[in-house]
Amino acid sequence: MDKHEFTLDDLKRILIEGAGAEESVDLDGDILDEDFEHLGYESLALLETGGRIEREYGIVLDDDVLTESNTPRALIDAVNSQLGETASAA
Amino acid sequence: MTAVVVTGLGVTAPNGLGVQDYWEATLAGKSGIGRITRFDPAQYPARLAGEIPGFVAEEHLPSRLLPQTDRMTRLALVAADWALEDAGIRPRDLPEFGMGVVTASSSGGFEFGQGELQALWSRGSQYVSAYQSFAWFYAVNSGQISIRHGMKGPSSVVVSDQAGGLDAVAQARRQIRKGTGLVVSGAVDASICPWGWVAQLAAQGLTTSDEPSRAYLPFDEAADGYVPGEGGALLVMESEETARSRGARIYGEVAGYAATFDPKPGSGRPPALRRAIELALDDAGVAADAVDVVFADAAADPELDRIEAAALTAVFGPAAVPVTAPKTMTGRLYSGAAPLDLAAAFLAIRDGVIPPTVHVSPSPEHNLDLVTDRPREARIRTALVVARGHGGFNSAAVVRALS
Repeated sequence: MDKHEFTLDDLKRILIEGAGAEESVDLDGDILDEDFEHLGYESLALLETGGRIEREYGIVLDDDVLTESNTPRALIDAVNSQLGETASAA
Repeated sequence: MTAVVVTGLGVTAPNGLGVQDYWEATLAGKSGIGRITRFDPAQYPARLAGEIPGFVAEEHLPSRLLPQTDRMTRLALVAADWALEDAGIRPRDLPEFGMGVVTASSSGGFEFGQGELQALWSRGSQYVSAYQSFAWFYAVNSGQISIRHGMKGPSSVVVSDQAGGLDAVAQARRQIRKGTGLVVSGAVDASICPWGWVAQLAAQGLTTSDEPSRAYLPFDEAADGYVPGEGGALLVMESEETARSRGARIYGEVAGYAATFDPKPGSGRPPALRRAIELALDDAGVAADAVDVVFADAAADPELDRIEAAALTAVFGPAAVPVTAPKTMTGRLYSGAAPLDLAAAFLAIRDGVIPPTVHVSPSPEHNLDLVTDRPREARIRTALVVARGHGGFNSAAVVRALS
């Protein structure tokens, strides 16, 4: 799939598809800088999310992207930077 | 030694969701066996199963759990919720290291695994769920129940086919005697999906009948195999002291247990089921004539039926104790079968009634007092539950009312 920007809405959709949503957490709130763990997503949920992003956007995320991106903002930035590299390489 | 009691029951069975539905259906002789609906069974030699109808996981569980759970785990989580509720337990109010979970499993999460294998071969490894890492696993029901309720005490899984349902409860009893305050124990199995089905077919023993009322006929001359089912039961177990101190309603005590293993085929030595029953009675400190009802393993294989009937008549005398197999209404639930029989035994004690064995005309050869067609009223204080697993596992448990 040829997409060049990855947004918070994309991330929320993929999180919910792959791992569901914690009942006590409002994903529509201000979550950009919340820790994934506070949002109810442990490492396996992030692994699943990363896999879904990779296959949907046709990119490969470095192993440490998922372990080091603790917040939605960090993960979105990492994905967009990867998308940018893929686009400029093409 | 500390008496270990059961204070909560949670049931998911083909003929009833929840204790009350299951028990009403069971006393009414209502069977949950029918032609498989979860996939098209036409091309398979066995086509009947005990499926649980009307279970909608989304109505019971948060969305966070759905992408990571097989059907058996969803059923187990709901059964555990119900058992805790029935026991009047709020896990958040109790010390987390004082609560454990010990379940049995016979196959793990086949349906989930089938979906991920299909994704692997049809679309590639990128499409396999990260949750496959544990969703298929034997121990996953124990793990998920433990996580959901914050139970960090001793937790484990036992894998010994159908006997495992009793082996798990016995392990739970050991942990309580060693000081764990509360253990959720029992088992739920569910693998009525094409991959699970071929595995069950490979193990042999399934009936090829297409007529639900003539399909699973233990102790009948027409016995020609069993019908598999899905479901089981979870039990809340505590020491008698703990249960009494919090004023809990007590179903009864897990008073005795034993497990044996059959000798190697061709060894000439006798099957070990009788020994398991005798040892369980010894463990409970009860004489054979104190047992008011036996919940049979009821394999519906002519040779296995003969072995079970011979063990029962050797221990109790010919037709000397009422025997029943309410699993004729659910099919054999693998590890879930014996915990469901334990639940039925406690309900039989509570209500003074033995649930029936349906559709069976007992062969006179077996010399059993099989309770058929209709429930039988009786004062029940002590019950024996028998469970055998494929490959030689024999387990027996004695439950009784507290005086």
